[in-house]
Amino acid sequence: MSVNGWLQFSIYCLVLLLTVKPVGIYLARVFEGQRTWLDPLLRPCESLIYKLTAVKADQEMNWREYSFALLGFSAVSMLLTYAIERLQAVAHLWNPQGLAAVGPDLAWSTAASFTTNTNWQSYTPETTMSYLTQMAGLATHNFFSAATGIVVAVALIRGIKRTSSGTIGNFWVDTTRALLYVLLPGSIIYGLLLVGQGVPQNLHAYTTAHLLEDSAKTQTIAQGPVASQEAIKMLGTNGGGFFNANSAHPFENPTPFSNFLQMLSIFLIPAGLTYTLGRMTGSPGHGWAVLAAMFVLFAAGFTTVYWAESHAHPMLHGAEQTGTVTAPAGNMEGKEVRFGVSQSALFATITTDASCGAVNAMHDSFTPLGGMVVLVNIMLGEVIFGGVGSGLYGMLIFVVLAVFIAGLMVGRTPEYLGKKIESYDVKMSMLYVLIFPLIILTLTAIFVMSPNIGLSALTNSGPHGLSEILYAFTSATGNNGSAFAGLSANTWWYNVVLGWAMLGGRFLMLIPVVALAGNLAQKKSIPPSPGTFPVNTSLFTVLLTGVVLILGALTFFPVLSLGPILEHLLLKSGQLF
Amino acid sequence: MHSIWKTSIRFTILTTVLLGVVYPLLMTAIAGALLPHKAGGSLIVKDGQVIGSELLAQSFSSDRYFAPRPSAAGNGYDATASGGSNLAQSNLKLVQRVQGDIDKLRAENPGKPVPIDMVTTSGSGLDPDITPDNAYFQAPRVSKARGLSEATVRALIHDQTLGRQWGVLGEARVNVMSLNLSLDKLSK
Repeated sequence: MSVNGWLQFSIYCLVLLLTVKPVGIYLARVFEGQRTWLDPLLRPCESLIYKLTAVKADQEMNWREYSFALLGFSAVSMLLTYAIERLQAVAHLWNPQGLAAVGPDLAWSTAASFTTNTNWQSYTPETTMSYLTQMAGLATHNFFSAATGIVVAVALIRGIKRTSSGTIGNFWVDTTRALLYVLLPGSIIYGLLLVGQGVPQNLHAYTTAHLLEDSAKTQTIAQGPVASQEAIKMLGTNGGGFFNANSAHPFENPTPFSNFLQMLSIFLIPAGLTYTLGRMTGSPGHGWAVLAAMFVLFAAGFTTVYWAESHAHPMLHGAEQTGTVTAPAGNMEGKEVRFGVSQSALFATITTDASCGAVNAMHDSFTPLGGMVVLVNIMLGEVIFGGVGSGLYGMLIFVVLAVFIAGLMVGRTPEYLGKKIESYDVKMSMLYVLIFPLIILTLTAIFVMSPNIGLSALTNSGPHGLSEILYAFTSATGNNGSAFAGLSANTWWYNVVLGWAMLGGRFLMLIPVVALAGNLAQKKSIPPSPGTFPVNTSLFTVLLTGVVLILGALTFFPVLSLGPILEHLLLKSGQLF
Repeated sequence: MHSIWKTSIRFTILTTVLLGVVYPLLMTAIAGALLPHKAGGSLIVKDGQVIGSELLAQSFSSDRYFAPRPSAAGNGYDATASGGSNLAQSNLKLVQRVQGDIDKLRAENPGKPVPIDMVTTSGSGLDPDITPDNAYFQAPRVSKARGLSEATVRALIHDQTLGRQWGVLGEARVNVMSLNLSLDKLSK
């Protein structure tokens, strides 16, 4: 670990903190239908969209209508992506490499993956997906899935805020505003900044270069409309790379500054939404208390990964692994020189705290403990800032549970911002919390016990093999999309089952949240009494952090002890596989 | 229910055209007009021929050139198959490969510790950079092959070293392609 590494972490936290309030205010204005500075330009476009799609913008929806609209939109757009993938060879459009149609199982898993904000990729994009598929099939879902995540969080905030109300907003209006006022302008500015750092943006066929050393030898340089996809990939916490190496590829992430921007853009909206929560519910202190819990868990995660990755490999001799000013050292397998260990550790922590899943270093080659922390980040439910929208609504589920547990401790009916938390609310929250490990652990167990289907895809054996399979199902169900990429998951069984895991992890968990929003909205507000547990104090932050950690730890500790913990202990004693 | 499907279909088509076609084409047009070199992949042209990209590593195997980091992309430096080795720290293959490379380098350069980035594959397999230590480690070999004094080559490395961006971000590095091109200018 170096002083500079900690300095970079501090700068990152400071810049992120400075963005929270302005972003939060802007988001609140967008979703409360107030004027923004983009109105003169975007209002006419917005009205035109409502007209062309026959949306009645002034009509509000109850939670069932809201859910059905969300499911309908997701189903139709997923089908379109599947069709584009299958037909990319026929279309002859923006397919300069003449890439063939994507096979049915891979097309299914990829369509599910991008629809659910997972962006798990079991293929090499530069030799599989045409420019048309990347732009109109995949990058569009980067926008859609980000928008649907944000609107569910906003619907839940409305549910908390409203009293005796049957409705929680209009899905189409919320989604349109998220796309037009937040994601599209953000991506345009950000995408151009990335081009400025060196990210390509063109529709050319791949270039053949004749090597400097021997011009008889060639290198085929894959390019494409990278910057436009890269921008929304990070801003929408999607994480699906234009290239196989994702944000480790110099074309996706050419400089330390582009890397800083990418890390910042992952947390930008999730962090801002905590302020939106405080502002829209009229209790800013609560927003900050939630943000504080996220920061504590984030800092703990980074510290551990950075510490673990800075260690020399115990079985290598004769290499400079301790670090100098001109050569940062530690575990450099799978890491890029321009980022070093510090920016790689920070990126890995951020991408798994959020449901982003972009990687700038290969997690499979992390030290056992470094790899465990990024896995645990996903297992905690991606509520440490989390995905756009999904992070906040996930965290609010833990808030409901924290308030409920506090209520049990003092023997009173729990309240949350003036709403009584009753049986139905806790049931929905528990549903959310239980579906997640149920899918992960069941599927992992099945695949680990199937030599021909599960184990044959492994690159690494021993406890790390278990980690590879566990990581795959955790990442899919958590809609993260990063991988221990040694797992060759482009097989019929992995594609089909991971596709279902992603859909389950997204929609089975999202519906209880919308139901909770609907139920909270129709409740009456009760004034706080001396017995009310305040949710804007540091005590609340501690309790919330504890609930997140204890739930995650109790659920996943057994399997972690058989995977990364065992690997760490065996490696220390000199055992290799 | 009927209206939900109808709205979903219309909304999907409309937003797909806007975000999946208009947006990337607009970005391509703006980027191509403002920053054509970067938008085109930062290609390097020499004698009318593209010889590579400033941002991507390519294979160098002769003693006359500085070598980039080892690559796990395809069969090495394959810019259509980017990726890392994905070998776990506990994988015997990784330890054997890295220790083998270290031992070989130590035999050729007795007494000098091997910079770790010299023997580890990068995440992309196309890492264009090496650490300054790595470059200085290779300096004796390159200067001997070219008949240059080691001091000249070391001075060249010093010139080509990029510090941390704005003094803080990332790590110090040397772009191998750029270093090799400037080496060619010194001695053909």
